[in-house]
Amino acid sequence: MSEPDVPLLVAEGVTKYYGRQLGCRDVSFSLYQGEVLAVVGESGSGKTTLLQLLSTQLVPSAGRVRYRLRDGVTRDLADLSEAEQRFLFRTDWGYVHQDATLGLRMNVSAGANVGERLMAVGWRHYGRIRGSAVQWLDRVEIDTDRIDDPPLTYSGGMRQRLQIARNLVTQPRLVFMDEPTGGLDVSVQARLLDLLRGLVTELGLAAVIVTHDLAVARLLSHRIMVMKGGEVIEAGLTDQVLDDPREPYTQLLVSSILPA
Amino acid sequence: MNAPAYNFAYLDEQTKRMIRRAILKAIAIPGYQVPFASREMPMPYGWGTGGVQVTASILGPDDVLKVIDQGSDDTTNAVSIRKFFAKTAAVRTTTRTAEATIIQTRHRIPETPLSEDQVLVFQVPIPEPLRFLEPRETETRRMHALADYGLMHVKLYEDIARHGHIATTYAYPVKVDGRYVMDPSPTPKFDNPKMDDCAALQLFGAGREKRIYAIPPHTKVVSLDFEDHPFEPSRTPKTCGLCGADDTYLDEVVTDDKGGRLFVCSDSDYCGERRGAEKTA
Repeated sequence: MSEPDVPLLVAEGVTKYYGRQLGCRDVSFSLYQGEVLAVVGESGSGKTTLLQLLSTQLVPSAGRVRYRLRDGVTRDLADLSEAEQRFLFRTDWGYVHQDATLGLRMNVSAGANVGERLMAVGWRHYGRIRGSAVQWLDRVEIDTDRIDDPPLTYSGGMRQRLQIARNLVTQPRLVFMDEPTGGLDVSVQARLLDLLRGLVTELGLAAVIVTHDLAVARLLSHRIMVMKGGEVIEAGLTDQVLDDPREPYTQLLVSSILPA
Repeated sequence: MNAPAYNFAYLDEQTKRMIRRAILKAIAIPGYQVPFASREMPMPYGWGTGGVQVTASILGPDDVLKVIDQGSDDTTNAVSIRKFFAKTAAVRTTTRTAEATIIQTRHRIPETPLSEDQVLVFQVPIPEPLRFLEPRETETRRMHALADYGLMHVKLYEDIARHGHIATTYAYPVKVDGRYVMDPSPTPKFDNPKMDDCAALQLFGAGREKRIYAIPPHTKVVSLDFEDHPFEPSRTPKTCGLCGADDTYLDEVVTDDKGGRLFVCSDSDYCGERRGAEKTA
């Protein structure tokens, strides 16, 4: 890990208004390499807006997002050209959608789904692309016999795992996840979380995970931000915030977890 | 009838100017799809309305026109377009490749090598090579702008994964001048190598889709492939039943209802010339 003291991603006063409607206001934080940040809060609290602002899918109304590129230079993401942003998006970043159909090509085989990023960055050897796809399918626990099946024929959990493989194949340093376990049943969730936790540690990934599920936050993240009405109301170490919440809203959130 | 109501070559002069501007732009940016205000033509879409408009715009009174449809000079599409220009422009028409100055084609490039003073006009149904992979036109344009062509290889990957080899046999994507990925219209991939470093100007017109694109003479045209699955121009491994050629693109003709088959050159002019030469020799 190079320059561990310089943050990978820095948000400074990031604000987004949709017309007069507030998306999120004045969000600032630093994310370091290998660190997992969870963003929690109820629906409509601005979590997904924030994720899209961080990943250049939305342009902030105010504030800026800076990112340390692979060459070690930290740059304002708004200053990158569209081509650079795209390149970043499919090499150094990953984006896991809640709805796997948004993140996958449903009619194209799983192998090609995983290989797409490699081909986009110039891989032109079929055998090596396929080899890499096999390796990644195996890693996310998908039967490699199904490499030529399109994700249309996959179950929800498999689709989500395929999406993760597709994102990680270029060895990104930062992964954005929008409710990665949403819509999955509990046992499949547990397996996915286990897999994610393993991969994050193994690869030293930094991640921003948006979730409304505090269990996911507790299991995966080092730090946590609690959002309400578009603003961050509480932030800190995950166990600290969850075990000793200060804000009334966070206390409510924590206490509303059903006991296991 | 000599059709006095029509302007030379059917289209009015302002329309031709508009199309010529699009053609010039297309030549300046090889492989780039230039939008143009495609007109209604007196034929249905899919019958070469794009190609006809391009031909009408570049046609002069001294030009000699050849029109081929699947390589042949005597099929409906070729005959009617040839007649169309004979009537509206009174130009000389020919079936001989070497004599023609403008060759409008549907899906073939003549076997006879083309020269500097010839123009090849393709009729294109779907100009966008990324269409079936990415349905959004806004997105495909952005992909062209950013040279973001990973998706094209996804298609080839799928071919190999399913069939063990690249099974795309026509409309095989090419990269023009190291920049734009282009759909060479539904020509068989057998013809792809002829596009590379071709001496003639190659123009592509898509009437319904309102796009014109071009390959200037002597431009590098590379068929996309994988290192371990290189591009191979395919042809039926037979010889022509009429002229005996073993290096041309062949059509399969059913000759009876007992399984009889005849393979003949799809380029009828080339085949005829070869047979003519044999007779005189």
